[in-house]
Amino acid sequence: MVEHIHSDGEEPAVTLDAFLSQSNATAVRLEPDEDARALIPHLDRLALIEVAFPKFRDGRGYSSARILREAGYAGELRAQGDVLVDQIAYLKRCGFDTFAPEKALNPADVEAALARWPEHYQGAADGAVPIWKLRHG
Amino acid sequence: MYKYDEYDHAMVEARVAEFSDQVRRRLAGEITEDQFKPLRLMNGLYLQLHAYMLRVAVPYGTLDSRQMRMLAHIARKYDRDYGHFTTRQNIQYNWIKLEDAPAILEDLASVEMHAIQTSGNCIRNISSDQWAGAAADEITDPRPWAELLRQWSSFHPEFSYLPRKFKIAVIAADEDRAAMRLHDIGIQIVEKDGQHGAAFYVGGGMGRTPMIAPLIKDFVPLDDMLSYAEACLRVYNRYGRRDNIYKARIKILIHELGADEYRRQVEEEFKHVKSLGIDPPKAEFDRIAAQFAPPPLDASAPDAIDRSDPDFAVWVDQNVAAHKVSGHAIVNISLKPIGGIPGDASSAQIDLMADLAEKYSHDELRVTHAQNIVLPHVRKADLYAVWQALDAAGLATPNLDLISDIIACPGLDYCSLANARSIPVAQKIATRFSDLGRQKELGELKLKISGCINACGHHHAGHIGILGVDRKGTENYQLSLGGSGAEDVSLGTITGPGFDEDGVVDAIERVTDKYLAERTEGERFVDTFRRVGMAPFKEAIYG
Repeated sequence: MVEHIHSDGEEPAVTLDAFLSQSNATAVRLEPDEDARALIPHLDRLALIEVAFPKFRDGRGYSSARILREAGYAGELRAQGDVLVDQIAYLKRCGFDTFAPEKALNPADVEAALARWPEHYQGAADGAVPIWKLRHG
Repeated sequence: MYKYDEYDHAMVEARVAEFSDQVRRRLAGEITEDQFKPLRLMNGLYLQLHAYMLRVAVPYGTLDSRQMRMLAHIARKYDRDYGHFTTRQNIQYNWIKLEDAPAILEDLASVEMHAIQTSGNCIRNISSDQWAGAAADEITDPRPWAELLRQWSSFHPEFSYLPRKFKIAVIAADEDRAAMRLHDIGIQIVEKDGQHGAAFYVGGGMGRTPMIAPLIKDFVPLDDMLSYAEACLRVYNRYGRRDNIYKARIKILIHELGADEYRRQVEEEFKHVKSLGIDPPKAEFDRIAAQFAPPPLDASAPDAIDRSDPDFAVWVDQNVAAHKVSGHAIVNISLKPIGGIPGDASSAQIDLMADLAEKYSHDELRVTHAQNIVLPHVRKADLYAVWQALDAAGLATPNLDLISDIIACPGLDYCSLANARSIPVAQKIATRFSDLGRQKELGELKLKISGCINACGHHHAGHIGILGVDRKGTENYQLSLGGSGAEDVSLGTITGPGFDEDGVVDAIERVTDKYLAERTEGERFVDTFRRVGMAPFKEAIYG
């Protein structure tokens, strides 16, 4: 689940501007102030979208991730940067499937954080069945 | 009242376990204070001047006696034998030890309570009308709508790191008892073609840039409410300012975009969000609403009140309000004894109010944004017994909505953000105007005090507002007039140069004297101010 940045042979993610102006990149990096919807016409040729979290307090990347998943993006969605164990469960709910934290996380803490919530009140981008649906079948 | 099912219990228990683990890692030095801060804040734990402060959520201000007794227990066991009821219908404890916080949250969970999202840059505890389910003027009970929003907003994965805090209030009457339009989202349940729906006012708030929320959507059907709220929040999360903490609230975004452009963006987002299937079915609303069914009140109960005890009669006239069911009344318990600390109650007083709720009010209590307590469903025949018990406990001050029913923030006595003390000013004003005849002569007069520009004491919305500032190292108090947090919502105007602590009390006396001289028949203070304007008051104050 928790990956570290750039595994061997991985194509480096290009900036959004670079991606939009060149046709052959398959990995892009999205900064907090960039519009995830600009990628929607190109989702089928993307293998990796890396969403930057320069500061864990900046929550724009959560919306970016959901927008991409809601638009049908099925490739790798990576949270990169100031990614801490206490945000990881929410990041996963918003559609992130890999994490590239600047500072290594304790794997036991990550496992505990991801196993913490038995159910969820609201629908998000992780496919979890919300509690209201469990109540009413 | 809403009762937890297995899912609600499991969610709160998971949160207690999570926070216990976070506290353990903090105490072990595994996470920094900077990393811990947003986590403890989302569990209601602030670091104040002298100690940690824990803010406990009272969803939409509704409590039963068992929960109220737990609040007394916490005050007794973990704090200094008292608690402070807040302007968002919560309670906070000022002398908490970090290592006790997990045990307190466990105690709260045992009575279906928590401190979830009472602080932090997330969607805060949902507030509502303290007379919900009892007021004669409501079109429906707003609390089932608030409970739907509570569940949707709890642990919301997308909206837990917003630009800034986010407050939602829900009302269902034209008389606004919850300062609805001074919230980030204010919802009024309205009726259209025989259906109830939600009118969304978005972008209100106090703080250093007070704004009255504009109407963004006049009618959102129940089936769309959570999608609409989600769209409102997503636009804010993506585009709200993050470069300056003082410009990060949604009111600034809407002010800068304009209400029309914000509405356009929300409508566009809503069209998309609505396709995601995030709105629960009507059956879920019905399940919740059934738990807010009106208590079994006997409409043939006697309507007459024996007013032979004159002190009791004074209290009835001031603190008792009309109930929708004949033979019953809404009892407002003032937590504003003359010279006391607004909103404070001792554990013994909290226990007593719990006892009275259990015996006389169908086991229900409410917390009000004006920092008082309500017994919503009392038989008129029981009012005298209730009053006697309250009076013996120092809880029968007959000053609801009078000048001594002051909203005040904790101020520099507790708060690390404050520039000036609020509590001593409130005490001096209440003492100056302690004569009840004089207070009643002045009539409805909402006085609100904040100890800094963050406006937790709602000074912008006070008929008379006081803002404490720091001027070259001394506490200075600015006076404003003409605000209101009710359905006649307005923002106060500053009178002119500020005053020292005694000076502001003198200035208020000159203002109220001027009002008595200027008013016409039936005019409240704020009505006179609106009619004659600032000039005569300014002259009375500054000469």
